[in-house]
Amino acid sequence: MSTLELQGVSRWYGDVVAVNDVTMSIGPGVTGLLGPNGAGKSTLISMMGGFLSPSSGTVTLDGVPTWRNPDVYKVIGLVPEAEAMYDMVTGWEFVVANARLHRLHDPEAAARTALEQVDMMDAKDREISGYSKGMKQRVKMATALVHDPAVLLLDEPFNGMDPRQRIHLMDLLTHLGTSGRTVLFSSHILEEVEEIAGTIEVVVAGRHAASGDFRRIRRLMTERPHQYTIDSSDNRLLASAIIADGSADTVDLTKATLSVQASDFGRFVHALPKLARDNDVRLFEITPADESLESVFAYLVAR
Amino acid sequence: MNLTVIRLTMRGLLGRRRAVLLLILPVVLLGLAGLTRWASGGTPDASATLAGQFAMGTLLPLMCLLISTGVIGAEIDDGSIVYLLAKPIPRRTIVLSKLAVALGAAVVFAVLPTIIAVEIAGDEGGRLGLAFGVSTALAAVAYTALFVALSVATRNAVILGLLYALLWETVLGGYVPGIRAVSVRQWALSVGERTLGDHAAAWGVSAEVGVATGVVMLVVTTAAAAFLAVRKLQTLRLVSVD
Repeated sequence: MSTLELQGVSRWYGDVVAVNDVTMSIGPGVTGLLGPNGAGKSTLISMMGGFLSPSSGTVTLDGVPTWRNPDVYKVIGLVPEAEAMYDMVTGWEFVVANARLHRLHDPEAAARTALEQVDMMDAKDREISGYSKGMKQRVKMATALVHDPAVLLLDEPFNGMDPRQRIHLMDLLTHLGTSGRTVLFSSHILEEVEEIAGTIEVVVAGRHAASGDFRRIRRLMTERPHQYTIDSSDNRLLASAIIADGSADTVDLTKATLSVQASDFGRFVHALPKLARDNDVRLFEITPADESLESVFAYLVAR
Repeated sequence: MNLTVIRLTMRGLLGRRRAVLLLILPVVLLGLAGLTRWASGGTPDASATLAGQFAMGTLLPLMCLLISTGVIGAEIDDGSIVYLLAKPIPRRTIVLSKLAVALGAAVVFAVLPTIIAVEIAGDEGGRLGLAFGVSTALAAVAYTALFVALSVATRNAVILGLLYALLWETVLGGYVPGIRAVSVRQWALSVGERTLGDHAAAWGVSAEVGVATGVVMLVVTTAAAAFLAVRKLQTLRLVSVD
């Protein structure tokens, strides 16, 4: 059982702040690091994995700093996002080489176990340069699992995987998490994260925006004010009905379409069709105006 | 040193297409050696000029640059070095293993071709071959250490290495006498000059510095470069843009 601790961690590159005062604790089980592209997820994972020094703050694994401390790799397994590997060797040779670099007693047995875990035994004797993106991802996974690490860090592991491979990896991570390992993976897709992560850490623009289980994160995301653009046969009539009903906070008629903001999502979506029918207004189009993940994240930060 | 690092590095150096580049300059050198013999009838002084100018002055630094960036620069550029770094091995071991491969490749692709070229172009009892064999081998040690350190320290190692090899060692050395004494090539040549003894002057092999200075400078430069490479690898930033 191992725990990664981040204490007031910031990282800047010149004038650009990539990670801003992040404090979090990642313990056994599966944790999802969720955030839009450019939020600082990779920078965080690099610091956790000891490949980048925090500009301020500390990153420790069971109380020991990860920076400039190669001994942490006895405990940490790392799946980098970059695809480059040693292309000219076979998957088998590469995983065995990784096992040897860990000075394992039986490198070939360890490589076999790791390759079986990622379902790559069939293609193990082909050169890595001939692998598909998903196969490369699985071999990367095998190199990280070969020494049976207590901590597994994965940077965007689901990128480039087909649905079958995705389910396989999700099962594997869930299994590793329930067996007491500390598994952290990054993703910018909420559905991916909430499917397997017991704990979700949300990062937006370098800040730690939210933390909790998926229900809490989901609620934070659905209970924010929702914006809709509505087009109907009589926008003005519909607007007055919505205001009278009180199911929306603001109604804006200045544009050709009707803009509505509702803080109680559930109530509004049930009220709208009823109001339209009662007032004999025909609804042409209803568009959620800000359903993009970025706006959801932006809301979490501003909160 | 670590055998697995050495093996992976060798596969990386020789398994890629750029390995073909390692053969071009040695082949050119051997061709020039044949021409030299044909033109000058196999006299040691013409052979010494070829070995001193082209082999030591151009081929050796370029080959060492090509090899050194191949053993570590390519991995840093594409990020695959992470598989070596994410292991509980001291950085020193990684650097020394890489240096061993670089030196071995430099011997095969630069030192041996130089000796063979000298023998083709003209020698007397193997003296010149020995002198240039020793000199190029010593220079290869310093060059590979320097260029490996450069590859770890900067992503522009090829450009900077080329500037050093072409401008500093070749062009500037020709105009500014002081610079010629600060040169791996001259330090290594001082040992070759000593090896040749009385023949050195007759065959036109002369270094800018004495053998003691040369050896000390080679040792200091190599050790400093290796140390720098280890230090830089310990703090190598590895982060993909997310």
